[in-house]
Amino acid sequence: MSSDNKNSEVLTPLPDEAAPVARWEGGLALLGGLWVFSVRFFKTLARPPYEFKEIIRQLNMIGYRSLSLVSVVGIVIGAVLTMQSRPTMIKFGAEAFIPEMVAISVMRELSPVLISVILAGRVGAGIGAELGSMRASEQIDAMDVAALDPFKYLVFTRIVACMIALPLLTIIADLLALGGSWVVEKIEAGMTVSLFIQTVVNGVEFSDYLPGIAKTIFFGFTIGLVGCYEGYHSKGGTEGVGRSATDAAVTSSLLIILLDVLFVKVTLMLWPY
Amino acid sequence: MIHPFQHHNHDQGPKPNALVRIEHLAITFDKPVLRDVSLDIHKGETVAVLGKSGTGKSVLLKLIVGLLTPDSGKIFFKDKEVTALGEFGLMDIRSDIGFLFQGAALFDSMTVGQNLDLFLVKHTDLPPKEREQKIAAALEMVQLQEAIDKMPSELSGGMKKRAGLARSIVIEPELMLYDEPTTGLDPVTASSIAELIVTLQQQLGIASLVVTHDLPTAFTVSDRAMVLNEGYAIFEGELKDLEKSEDAFLHEYLAASRLDRERHDRILRARERALAATQNPKAATKGTARGSETDVKVLT
Repeated sequence: MSSDNKNSEVLTPLPDEAAPVARWEGGLALLGGLWVFSVRFFKTLARPPYEFKEIIRQLNMIGYRSLSLVSVVGIVIGAVLTMQSRPTMIKFGAEAFIPEMVAISVMRELSPVLISVILAGRVGAGIGAELGSMRASEQIDAMDVAALDPFKYLVFTRIVACMIALPLLTIIADLLALGGSWVVEKIEAGMTVSLFIQTVVNGVEFSDYLPGIAKTIFFGFTIGLVGCYEGYHSKGGTEGVGRSATDAAVTSSLLIILLDVLFVKVTLMLWPY
Repeated sequence: MIHPFQHHNHDQGPKPNALVRIEHLAITFDKPVLRDVSLDIHKGETVAVLGKSGTGKSVLLKLIVGLLTPDSGKIFFKDKEVTALGEFGLMDIRSDIGFLFQGAALFDSMTVGQNLDLFLVKHTDLPPKEREQKIAAALEMVQLQEAIDKMPSELSGGMKKRAGLARSIVIEPELMLYDEPTTGLDPVTASSIAELIVTLQQQLGIASLVVTHDLPTAFTVSDRAMVLNEGYAIFEGELKDLEKSEDAFLHEYLAASRLDRERHDRILRARERALAATQNPKAATKGTARGSETDVKVLT
């Protein structure tokens, strides 16, 4: 075989039929890796003491610094939903049910999923990039060498912070969405704040808000887990850091949407209409 | 498989009381990186590992601390087999080993002082006051007291190396591993780091393994060296015996290092002349100034 032939063999891309197989293998390897990472998380959970100082620092980075983004999204969700649904509700003579309809839609589905997907982009990518650059600059190796247990210090703390921050941010987004909805109702129909609150309180049940908030704990776990996994296993220097950030955002968003289907099914089984 | 010029024979058995014993180590990634490498490091001794980039020098350091697992061979640290230790066993021995990474690997989110404190909190039960004193002493040793509250991003390359060094010695290790301690630094800073390694070794009596491709650094910090080429240890012995080796690669390596050193010296001399001419234009002769320009053009 001539050297030219050898080079062309090296440069030839994978045959088309092999590409889906490679993707499947990559996907399965990712799921396997996430499973191993999850098991290690629960093992670490059973092994105190914890790095509380670092958890609080991460809560500030992940939670507090996402507050403005979450607030804007919350207000806009409530206001837009109210504006969009008003004409149809009026057509069916159900204008009085707008606050209740908005509250249920926001608390059950819109707020938990939208906020989680947005945070998968902001927080997931941030964690992926941060840990990826720590891997590239050998900081994770330095922790290992110093017996600092990088999993406990870097991964565990970030996942826990995500699991605490997501439900809190979702509650804030829920309340602000209702605020946004009330502002539109006030402008369009002159509804008082007390009437709005009364309508929401009368219409919303325990099963409307609790499952919505509870599932964000799992979404937070997913964002933290995927972000940390991608960053921790980053390869290829600076290019790898970018890839880790992108993969963390895409994978965690996708998993959140898939997990949501499961959670809706479980919620409907536990609290049937 | 034995390299034709490999003259160190570990089948004769390691010397007694070696702090680190490396026996017939081999590891392969895409291609063989280390092949049948053996080495002893004794207490208080500094050994340099020389070789071209990509010959497995840094891999050797990572194998010693258990960041990588060899395909075959054994590593002993204080008579404990590192290659057979689990997660907790490795944590135990790592508290006696300091590691200066090539880029210093300081934690970005912490100040220099916090970087040092994190190591002390993990490895000692000292109260905050005593930790502060130890941090101050370690920083003083590397002449970096003023950087205690600085973030790593505010430090120059040389300062980062010194801060990394302070972080490694603050826990008083028995063995220091240096991964290219002078790479990427200007010759003056590189020389000061090399001198610092010698000072630390003399003051603290720490055994050291210095991975470098810079021959002057090796000559400054160590008496004994091992040269790696294509995964083989082609030389192990006193540095002064390097010239006596018959290995073709070693001759080429020594010649290239000498040229590199001479080139550095010529550039330094040219810069000094140019600086002198700038500071005292009247005193500087026309010929010298022209000579400096020519030197810099030719050399760069």
